Amino acid sequence: MSGTSERGGPDVAALVIAGLLGVLAAVIFWKTSQMPAAGQQTRVGPTTAPYVIAGFLALLAVGHVVAAFRHGLPPREADRAGPMLWIIGGLVLQMLLLKPVGFSIATGLLFACCARGFGRGPLWMTVPLGIVLSIGIYLIFGGLLNLSLPAGPLERLIF
Amino acid sequence: MDTFALLGHGLAGALQPINLLYALIGVTLGTAVGVLPGIGPALTVALLLPVTYQFDPTASLIMFAGIYYGGMYGGSTTSILLNTPGESASIVTALEGNKMARSGRGGPALATAAIGSFVAGLIATIGLAFLSPLMVKFALSLGPADYFALMVLAFVTVSAAFGDSALRGLTALALGLTLGLVGIDLQTGQARLTFGIPDLLDGIEVTTLAVALFAVGEALKVAAQPMSVDKVEPVRGSVWMSRQDWARSWKPWLRGTFIGFPIGAMPAGGAEIGTFLSYTTEKALTKYPEQFGHGAIEGVAGPEAANNASAAGTLTPLLTLGLPTSATAAIMLAAFQQFGLQPGPLLFANNATLVWSLIASLLVANLMLLVLNLPLIGLWVKLLSIPKPWLYAGILTFATLGTIGANPSPFELGMLLAFGLLGYGLRRYHYPIAPVVVGLILGPLAEQQLRRALAISQGDPSVLVHSPVAIILYIIAAVAILFPLYLRMRGKDKILSQLGGDED
Repeated sequence: MSGTSERGGPDVAALVIAGLLGVLAAVIFWKTSQMPAAGQQTRVGPTTAPYVIAGFLALLAVGHVVAAFRHGLPPREADRAGPMLWIIGGLVLQMLLLKPVGFSIATGLLFACCARGFGRGPLWMTVPLGIVLSIGIYLIFGGLLNLSLPAGPLERLIF
Repeated sequence: MDTFALLGHGLAGALQPINLLYALIGVTLGTAVGVLPGIGPALTVALLLPVTYQFDPTASLIMFAGIYYGGMYGGSTTSILLNTPGESASIVTALEGNKMARSGRGGPALATAAIGSFVAGLIATIGLAFLSPLMVKFALSLGPADYFALMVLAFVTVSAAFGDSALRGLTALALGLTLGLVGIDLQTGQARLTFGIPDLLDGIEVTTLAVALFAVGEALKVAAQPMSVDKVEPVRGSVWMSRQDWARSWKPWLRGTFIGFPIGAMPAGGAEIGTFLSYTTEKALTKYPEQFGHGAIEGVAGPEAANNASAAGTLTPLLTLGLPTSATAAIMLAAFQQFGLQPGPLLFANNATLVWSLIASLLVANLMLLVLNLPLIGLWVKLLSIPKPWLYAGILTFATLGTIGANPSPFELGMLLAFGLLGYGLRRYHYPIAPVVVGLILGPLAEQQLRRALAISQGDPSVLVHSPVAIILYIIAAVAILFPLYLRMRGKDKILSQLGGDED
């Protein structure tokens, strides 16, 4: 992957990733150093692997800094935030509503939000469609295959 | 002769109606998800894990293997007709296959892919059956230090050797290893990196991570792209191959098999490498070089055979050493663990019936796939016309279903979202996904072997390089990381840029 260098200056994204890797390494290092030393006879205890991996991450962070100044990361597409926010919103809605309103309604909303993210609407049509689909899934996977799916008012109404 | 007897026993097991049924479900699902863009065998097995929790282990594993094989078949259909590979191992197939479809030769392209897959699957499965006992014997002679070296080699080859950037591959691996640290340390019972959250004590679920990276990350990435209408090439004319097609196909099938199987069987990398090697081989050997780039049938036959052969090859280190070398194999390992089974030499001793039924079922699955994919190809093509909004809304619905089924808590869904965003980030900046999954599942196992080795030596690290096997493995690992680096520095990474240089 060559020829990706941008017009002057380091690749900011690579620097940001380097920073994140560095932070991750520091967090692992810090959390591991806080662990109580529970009578380790050998030099190799539960803290060895975390230290090694923290060191590995720190090394990769340095690698990213070098890469940022050399040829950077491959070119990336101009991604649109709107559709992504619909999908993320749908997942957040489902997460928050799963317990209060049950599997079918929460998942139906996710379905509709996701379809909306891909440009398909309107919501007054896709929400009921998603809920009906989710009830079907609930019946098959919860009823026949004994998967424990959280029930809400809708599920209790049917059973 | 011994292997024949064991295989015969296995076949008797595989032919039991219940196992046949699961094999059929597996290959059907596998073909479907292989055909559908944005969903692959790794994701499907991950989604089905919670569902099969109470099933019979043999039947479930037969189903998962069927999904794996089916995914390899189905992926070629998408590559040929849509030019959007359904799974990564079919990228090369798209090069020639889609050109064939555009010039009205889609039928023969699909046929040579399916028959080539069958031939390769058959030979490679028999190869797996004969190689496994040898590998088991070898594996029994290995100590913890050797196992650790083997895992280091797998880490290197999965992440660094064949991707287009060692830095990005190793970073993906490091993320997986980091996630593998989370949870209670098995030897001392101490919590690591749990930040006081009780949900994290059990560690991070492989299924949640895989589903998030593959389904959520992919959905976000696809949604973020401007809408493009993919053109499905209609299959015109006969699906049957002419005499000349046969004559030009059979050698590439065999060559592809013999390239793909060893590459899959080495504790090395996934199926993509074999497909590319096969493509370059066919391009070099063909009598019709002028057709390459414009729809040469050899360029479909060889890579498709290599692709399926390496799928069977991948099962060799998985079953005999417990070493997953692809994302799907990593999820399969999780499936074994779910049933309290640990793949490795002991599996062949303690669960011989299961292992040999599984291997024999691959032969059966292969035959089913040939039937499913040749006469019924029209049915699968219809799957390609599902509009993207419904497809991805459905994928996310099932992705969350799998997560909720495994653990019905909002926290698990939160992790799904967080890892989904990670998956999007990895895709956006072209980091590979498989090393993250392999790192999560193989990391703790490697640590276990390392600590075992060092406990035996009472902390003396030189034990790691005591045995010749370990030294050889480290040397191979070093070569695997340095040789591509050398090629890249010499500017010989055309192979990889060609893969990236997808026209359209």
